[in-house]
Amino acid sequence: MAVVNEHTVKAFDEDLNRLRGLISEMGGRAEQALLQAMTALSKGDLELADQVVRDDKKIDTLEAEVEQLAVQTIALRAPMADDLREMIAALKIVSVVERIGDYAKNIAKRVALMDQTRSIEAIPVLMSMSAAVAELVHDALNSFAARDAELAVRVTVRDKNVDDFYNSIFRTLVTFMMENPKHITESAHLLFVAKNLERMGDHATNIAEMVYYVVTGEHMEERERGETPEESAAAEQEKD
Amino acid sequence: MTQEDLSIADPKMTAQNVNVFYGEKQAINDVTIDVGTDLVTAFIGPSGCGKSTFLRSLNRMNDTIASARVTGKITLEGEDIYDPSMDVVQLRARVGMVFQKPNPFPKSIYDNVGYGPRIHGLAPTKADLDVIVERALVRAGLWDEVKDRLNESGTALSGGQQQRLCIARAIAVDPEVILMDEPCSALDPIATAKIEELIHELRGKYAIVIVTHNMQQAARVSQRTAFFHLGTLVEYGKTTDIFTNPKQERTKDYITGRYG
Repeated sequence: MAVVNEHTVKAFDEDLNRLRGLISEMGGRAEQALLQAMTALSKGDLELADQVVRDDKKIDTLEAEVEQLAVQTIALRAPMADDLREMIAALKIVSVVERIGDYAKNIAKRVALMDQTRSIEAIPVLMSMSAAVAELVHDALNSFAARDAELAVRVTVRDKNVDDFYNSIFRTLVTFMMENPKHITESAHLLFVAKNLERMGDHATNIAEMVYYVVTGEHMEERERGETPEESAAAEQEKD
Repeated sequence: MTQEDLSIADPKMTAQNVNVFYGEKQAINDVTIDVGTDLVTAFIGPSGCGKSTFLRSLNRMNDTIASARVTGKITLEGEDIYDPSMDVVQLRARVGMVFQKPNPFPKSIYDNVGYGPRIHGLAPTKADLDVIVERALVRAGLWDEVKDRLNESGTALSGGQQQRLCIARAIAVDPEVILMDEPCSALDPIATAKIEELIHELRGKYAIVIVTHNMQQAARVSQRTAFFHLGTLVEYGKTTDIFTNPKQERTKDYITGRYG
């Protein structure tokens, strides 16, 4: 983690380092929540799922702590230039990380709602998707810690893979549901899980965009977006 | 990123390749900058960076320092102010100055403001002078507080009022430019806020340049900011840009408190 040791008033450095530490901790917990929720899903581990739900409170607490510290630093230190951008970015990033934590909690809650005796072929693909998302979230948070604008840009580009995963899982599950009506409940849950993962990928991109802003003072160019499954399904229908 | 156009259409004063020396020591190094009427310009920088020296060049106050020497070209409305034909007394009426420590004359409030117009022949009659004095005090935001005691001594006023009196004094001779050298350094926050509000009101009537140690103040009152360091103009830009995303490392280090 890039440690600040530059301001003439050392207390300012201490505040900034404490802020960065809290954001790092929060990010680590959100990543862990994602990985544990998906493990619980694939193994049908109800206890692990329960733990993810309980641990989400800690993420929420950290968000409140960071907010308070950021507001305090703005009031007391009148930060300028990159210090100021860092305060604004910190506030936006923790609200995004809190959402990522919530999505992980949401996935964990679904584990209990699924009948563990049925196995669904979409699950291994979902696990690959979640691994990609976990990497994206990890790199986005790393880019913040290291103030690495180039890594941030690469994160936004790689999100396309996550979107592609989602599109493919969507189509697979819809087909599966049509052929296996008895599995519709589980499949619907898995659709939500896939959507949650896709949203987490988007949030990783949001973090990356904030990092780019902190480092360069500019906003990242609009990145290209692929077709959503809804859009491609509509396009398919028009062809008929 | 597009390069923003920082040029000022129809600048009131221009400075080109200005150098200032105190004997052998060079205090200002090749500074080029324009000053406009519609935009308040702030000069910021650490102690000894030359911002006050440069400010004083704009109305030839450096002439009063024996060892000072200025090279380059400074113009007011297109006229070279260092040209031998320039009337320096007249110049200092057109380019007024307000100093850090309020320095009212040991005269009445009325006479403080009326002295300049009188010696410059701007008021043929007492009635004319009354009008000029009132208008200047109104413009300086001081009229309501002193209109019933114009005969009282200027030095009996509070610090903030004295400074506004000095601004009224500068305004009374109908300047084109007002130079302010840390005008609020000796004032409390409320008096400071009143001066800042006054600067905001005067914008557009006079070209205003303010030298300040207080970065938050520069951020509040100006639209353009120039950062000086060791006699060089390091960066000049829109105030919002300078304080949110400065281009030069030295500028960033100074405004974020990493300097020194």
